[in-house]
Amino acid sequence: MSAPTHTGAAGRPVPLIDGIEKVTGKAVYTADLERGDALTGRVLRSPVSHGEIISIDVTKALALEGVRAVVTGEDCAQTYGVIPIAMNEYPLARGKVRYRGEPIAAVAAVDARTAKQALDLIDINIRELPAYYTASDARAADAVALHDDKPGNVERKVHHAFGDVAAGFATADLVSSSRFDCAEVNHAQMEPHAALADFDAERGRLTLQSVSQVPYYVHLMLARCLDMDTSSIRVIKPFVGGGFGSRTETLNFELIAALLARQAGGKVMVRLTREETFVTHRGRPDTQVDLKLGLRKDGRIVAVACEVVQRGGAYAGYGLVTILYAGALLHGLYDIPAVKYDGYRVYANLPPCGAMRGHGTVDVRHAFECLLDRMARELGLDPFEVRRANLLTAPCHTPNGLMVNSYGLAQCLQRVETASGWHERKGKLPPGHGLGMACSHYVSGAAKPVHWTGEPHAVVNLKLDFDGGVTVLTGASDIGQGSTTMVAVAAAEVLQVDLGRIRVVANDSAITPKDNGSYSSRVTFMVGNATIEAAGRLREMLIDAAARKLDADPSDIECTLETFSVRGSRQSILSFAEVAQAALAVDGTITVKGTFTCPPDAQGGKHRGGAVGSTMGFSYAAQVVEVSVDRETGSIAVEKVWAALDCGFAINPLAVEGQIEGSVWMGMGQALCEETHYAEGLPVHANLLDYRMPTIVESPDIEVHIVESNDPLGPFGAKEAGEGALSGFPPALACAVADATGLNIDTLPLTPDRIVEASVQQQRAARRGKTAR
Amino acid sequence: MKRILTVRINDTVHEDVVPDNLLLVDYLRDFNGLTGTKTGCDGGECGACTVLIDGTARPSCITLAVSCDGSKIETIEGQARDGRLSALQRAFHEKLGTQCGFCTPGMIMAAEGLLRRSGKPTDEQIRTALAGNLCRCTGYVKIIESVRAAAEAIR
Repeated sequence: MSAPTHTGAAGRPVPLIDGIEKVTGKAVYTADLERGDALTGRVLRSPVSHGEIISIDVTKALALEGVRAVVTGEDCAQTYGVIPIAMNEYPLARGKVRYRGEPIAAVAAVDARTAKQALDLIDINIRELPAYYTASDARAADAVALHDDKPGNVERKVHHAFGDVAAGFATADLVSSSRFDCAEVNHAQMEPHAALADFDAERGRLTLQSVSQVPYYVHLMLARCLDMDTSSIRVIKPFVGGGFGSRTETLNFELIAALLARQAGGKVMVRLTREETFVTHRGRPDTQVDLKLGLRKDGRIVAVACEVVQRGGAYAGYGLVTILYAGALLHGLYDIPAVKYDGYRVYANLPPCGAMRGHGTVDVRHAFECLLDRMARELGLDPFEVRRANLLTAPCHTPNGLMVNSYGLAQCLQRVETASGWHERKGKLPPGHGLGMACSHYVSGAAKPVHWTGEPHAVVNLKLDFDGGVTVLTGASDIGQGSTTMVAVAAAEVLQVDLGRIRVVANDSAITPKDNGSYSSRVTFMVGNATIEAAGRLREMLIDAAARKLDADPSDIECTLETFSVRGSRQSILSFAEVAQAALAVDGTITVKGTFTCPPDAQGGKHRGGAVGSTMGFSYAAQVVEVSVDRETGSIAVEKVWAALDCGFAINPLAVEGQIEGSVWMGMGQALCEETHYAEGLPVHANLLDYRMPTIVESPDIEVHIVESNDPLGPFGAKEAGEGALSGFPPALACAVADATGLNIDTLPLTPDRIVEASVQQQRAARRGKTAR
Repeated sequence: MKRILTVRINDTVHEDVVPDNLLLVDYLRDFNGLTGTKTGCDGGECGACTVLIDGTARPSCITLAVSCDGSKIETIEGQARDGRLSALQRAFHEKLGTQCGFCTPGMIMAAEGLLRRSGKPTDEQIRTALAGNLCRCTGYVKIIESVRAAAEAIR
């Protein structure tokens, strides 16, 4: 599967093949598609957090001049959702509303102004119910259930135990526990949500263009919610302005746009505002982690007990996967013999949470690395040595059945330890300055996708035609991470052709093969391998054609850099064009297919929920963060970050660097300042000023080190690169702040007010200590 | 109310009858099809809509079109000459200063405004000039490298 030599495109830094469109403004995003010929769709949203819908009267809205369609929950009786067994959300509320901002009705009109007027003419009558904004309030004994089938408002409980946890703690020299509270965060991708739906009433066909990371899911949910045959639907993904998990699930506005277009018998553009984009949410839930670790004096971690409570919002969404991930990924980073995990996913009257970069693992990893660091300090151990005492040996399976075939964590540790000057500088920095470190990992795709159909995990088609151009057809969604470029590079490498010969056509269900989309960092591993297989098949056909032309045995044909020749012979070198022509002469236009399927032993343990966390390979990361803390203002400046990531093999080192920098930085936002905030269910941070993310001014230099462990099953040895480094940042930062100030803060983000508060408490405690003496 | 607006956009003079409350970003996108200028927020939060007005970087989503009467507007579409990328466009492309690309037009226009003022900007000047332009993909490392590289290339 893997090609041992990289003589062509793979392994060299390559700019994005669609980068020129992006820097010239020619890249067309969904909101750019409308050319004055579409109706404007607008959504009416619930003004209350929890209530029973008594009536919705749209008569006046429908009568307004210029209004072409009005839809409510009456127009769609089907639920939708990303998890087949947990679809409990309607595109437009039916019966009840469960969060402020939930869509109730929608209008399509000739212009935005008319649409807005029509929304104002809709009469709604809602009987309010008690609303719950924290997991503990929602779980209270007398709380009203948000969903009738989930009394107590617990959507999902998970209880997993692997190894003898009690025996493990008994052998520990130090057992510590702590509670960590991590705030809810939002993806805040730069492109607001948008969808353009076009319904052909004569033919009964629908075309939807949207911002999706997984157009295939959107396709399935459109068919379900509009009760249409999938063959009558076409889903196209234009350029997408970031995702980070927010667009993995099908989202309500995509279905609403389609419902409006069908009723109007035409084209409807729905562009959400930034505020509505925030309310659509699907971010990382507010998470409480109670963690207990057992550590021996030699640094070995002997037992872990972890309880996680996630406030999931009003609907199931991805919830059960998130709560399973949080437990599953306690494994796979270190060699830990005994792990007990209890997870609770709780409903609350807030916008639904979902998948976000580092899905499920980030807050738990934060707690784990922070507590480990404190315990190492207590035992007088160096944090790097503690990690080294707990390394896995690949290949192996973890106690919960996760497959580990390649493991570059030791090299990652060594690289950042040296680069940061850890041993020379730690403890010798000026007052207020500190160093912290942490490790992390992430999956290269789910080995068992949520929509399990038995089909291959990825399919790629390749076409070679008279023009000598090679077209790759893929359903993999480029959302800025560079997957289109990765596919082109993989094809060029195998075919030994110039990158310019490759074109990639992606994400049009009428043209490109089905793909499970861009989530859980699956694309490089799965679509990369499918591309390699497809290109390998084409290459065989070309070699056969060259052999016929050169009157040689195919096994003697050498194919390098656009030429074909007989091994050892300097004569009769054929160009790619000549060989392509010879190959086409046999049967005309050549189309080949490559697929990739995860083997059963990659698909996780046999226990309930065991598929979540299972993957073909984990990326591994270590990072060191240097901070300076102003105790008066509570502000933290990140001076420098050293991040090393084992991505197996960097197919495109430039893109890998970009992914590592971006994920480290996103971890920094969550660590320092990002936090959603609701007042009685009203999102008050639903804009890019109050939802505070780091600007260029406070963003540090990030020194990236790429480690290549050459995964035996990865494409050219590659694994994921876009998520693994994120979850290491918040704990590395918190440890650096502890190093700088002596403050152990158990809450994320580490905002100035929290630093000042902790600092004041520390001073009070110090004074009390003095008085007592 | 409507009035006649005369502006030069990327070297072409346009005269249109526009409502008083029309925002410059909507004028560029809806009247002129210049969709390279993006709307990323609900007003003045993100910088994706940045254009040059008489050579100075401004957010077009909080600028009224009619306030630009007689002005010279430059957008991302006018940056390439004869189909060849400008120094900033080339640097953002080659150095991966762009990932998803949504913030990129605004980022490049803000940087263009800077490089016209200061041919050899320090990293601090780059950071200050781009402080109002948010990017969610890059962590800004390669954006700073891109602006630095473009400044070098121009010199």
